[in-house]
Formats: sequence, structure tokens, C-alpha cells
Amino acid sequence: MTVSAYLILASVLFTIGTVTVMVRRNSIIVFMGVELMLNAANLAFLAFARMWGNVDGQLAAFFVMVVAAAEVVVGLAIIVSLFRTRRTVSVDDENLLRH
Amino acid sequence: MNNGLMMTTAEQFLFWIIGPIIVLGASALLFSKRAVLTACSVMVTMVGLAFLYVGLGSPFLGIVQVVVYTGAIMMLFVFVLMLVGVDVSDSFIETIRGQRWAGVLLGLGLLVVLSGAVFRSTFTFAIGTDAASNGNNAGAVAHLLFSDFAFTLEITGCLLIIAAMGAVILTHRVRLTRPITQGEMMEIRTKRGMRLTPPPAPGNYARHNAADVPAIDARGKIIEDSVPSALRMRGQVHNLRGLPQDLLEDKVPPTRRPDAAAPAIEAGTAGSSDSAGPRDTGGPPEPGDTAGPEVKP
Repeated sequence: MTVSAYLILASVLFTIGTVTVMVRRNSIIVFMGVELMLNAANLAFLAFARMWGNVDGQLAAFFVMVVAAAEVVVGLAIIVSLFRTRRTVSVDDENLLRH
Repeated sequence: MNNGLMMTTAEQFLFWIIGPIIVLGASALLFSKRAVLTACSVMVTMVGLAFLYVGLGSPFLGIVQVVVYTGAIMMLFVFVLMLVGVDVSDSFIETIRGQRWAGVLLGLGLLVVLSGAVFRSTFTFAIGTDAASNGNNAGAVAHLLFSDFAFTLEITGCLLIIAAMGAVILTHRVRLTRPITQGEMMEIRTKRGMRLTPPPAPGNYARHNAADVPAIDARGKIIEDSVPSALRMRGQVHNLRGLPQDLLEDKVPPTRRPDAAAPAIEAGTAGSSDSAGPRDTGGPPEPGDTAGPEVKP
């Protein structure tokens, strides 16, 4: 019960994030789905860190958070610049690289 | 707190209270049409996860979760949402046929695979991080961070700097034309006979000071120019009693039709230049004067 409950919760959150990425078309919401997936991974990291009794897993979660912050900065900048040129945030309309 | 063997009753209580809240908040990603509502729900999820982190024996990461995720990342999301327009709602019309069902099915498959892996594994009893933390969780993390993972930390610092630079470069806009200086702007305004001073502030004393209520001049006429032009174009100008579209009904179109927007601006500027001109300050108001409706308090 100890670790598996947290892992199941992390699985559910990861699944919700994945389905969000696959189904939704507002790119900001898609991006939030990615964030949720990272958080699910963090939860699993912390659960395992507690299981093994060391703080390495916590450190991994910490680095995940740092990378997530950097990723959000760049991703949102891309979304803003796309919105500036295309006036839309829908991922269906972003086909600039195709033409 | 972490006895290591099983979840304590308090922790189970925490888990079963916080867990559904987290899942509910996350499910707004799938079901909510409004992006701002989604962002707020994800914030609830992040705070709930912070509670769980503290319960898992890492109070440092719980605090970092609140500060970084809820405070910085989700705020950035909301900021960008405001930038691209809050009214942007996702359409649920499928462009690829069956994409939604395929996505849901694949997600359910992923959930089955993941939880199957969890249920088939055997886990050792949790040791708990109390011994490793030694009463100082942040200190233990910092010790590891600056000893074994010091190089990783430096690379992460480089990554952050590069990300910040990338954001600046990505959102940088090259100016194609020379900016108009203040002097040139005044010259243009003088040549065209436009207003040189700032427009009068909207609102009038003792009744309303909202931006959608026009100011009145010394003769009691409404200065339509004092209302921001965006409100005038939308037809959201209120009269002096705060009732919409009463006195100004003939001036401002009620709907935001694009063909009706242009006369509204012209009417507004004509009325205001008439009422704000120096020749209007004296003299009693003529009955046939249509520069602006008179005040009926």
C-alpha cells in the first residue's frame, strides 16, 4: 500500500496529461498537460525516494522542476510568437513548417 | 511521520483527501472549455501535490513545488493566457475523425499498462527518508546537490540562462519602420487639427467615475471623447445615470458592427471638438445644438 498508492496516483495523473496532449487543441492547455506529466513523474520519484530511504530521488525531482521551468519559459515564448504571427493558439493551425 | 513500514492513518487520511482533489483538478484539463478555468484547476492540483510531497518526507520539495509550480509556472501560464486573449476557448469539433476516441482509448491503455506494472511489482517496505534527511531535509538535499551532483547543477544553471535568452530572442520583434518621435507626432496633430492635449478623463463628479461614463463640460454637454475609443466602438458607453444606451443612443451604435464603428468615432471626435473648443465656452446652449445630449439629472 505504501508506495503503490502513490504510484497509481502518479499513473492516473500521467494518463490525464497524455490524453490532454492527444485530445486538446489549445496549445496552452496541451502544455499544461505536459506539466502534469512531469509532476506525475515527480510524485513517483518522491515515492521511490521514500521507499529506498535516500534523497537521490528528491534531487531528481528537483532537477525535473528546474528543467520544467526552463521548458515552460521557452515553450510559452514559442506560443506567444506563434500567436503573434498566426493569431491563433490552436495546434491544428500551426502548419508553418509544412509549407 | 514516516514510520517507514506502512502508511500511517494520518497519511492515509491525507492521501485519500488530497488524491481525489488532485485528480479532479487535473481532469479539468480534459473537460474544461475555458483555458483560465483549466489553469486554476491545475493550480489546485499543484498545491495538492505539494501536500503529498510534504507527506512523503520531502518538505523542501513541497515548498519548491508551491513556489516554482504554483507561483511561477502557472502564473506564467495565466499571464500568457491573458496575452493571447482570455476568450480563446477550445473548440471540440474534431478535425481528424475519431481522434478523440482514439486518444481516450490510448490513454486508457496507458493507464492499464502503468497500473498493471505497479500491481505486478513487489515493493519493499518503505524505509522512509527520516534517516537520510537526519531532521534537515533541505540540508540533506543541498549536501547531495553540491557534492555528487555539483556538475549537474552547473549544467542546469547553463540551461536556465540559455532558456531565458531563448525566450528573449523568440519574443523579440524586429522593428521594421522608424519609430515616430514625440515632436513629429505633435507636428502631425497640429497639421491635421487634432487635439494636442490629452483627452479629458471619463467620469463626472458625484455620480460615476467609471471609464464608460463620459465626462461633461462646463455647459453640461457630454464629452464623448473622454470615453476610451474601444468602449465607444463596442457601444458600451453609459449615460450619466449609469444606464446603458439612454442618452447616447443616437450617437453610438448598439452593436459592434464593423461598418457602424467608424461613424461612432467620427461622431465622438466631432462632438468633443465642438464642445471643447474655445468658442463654445460662452454663450447659452442653443436648443438646436446637437453636439451632445444635455444633462438631465
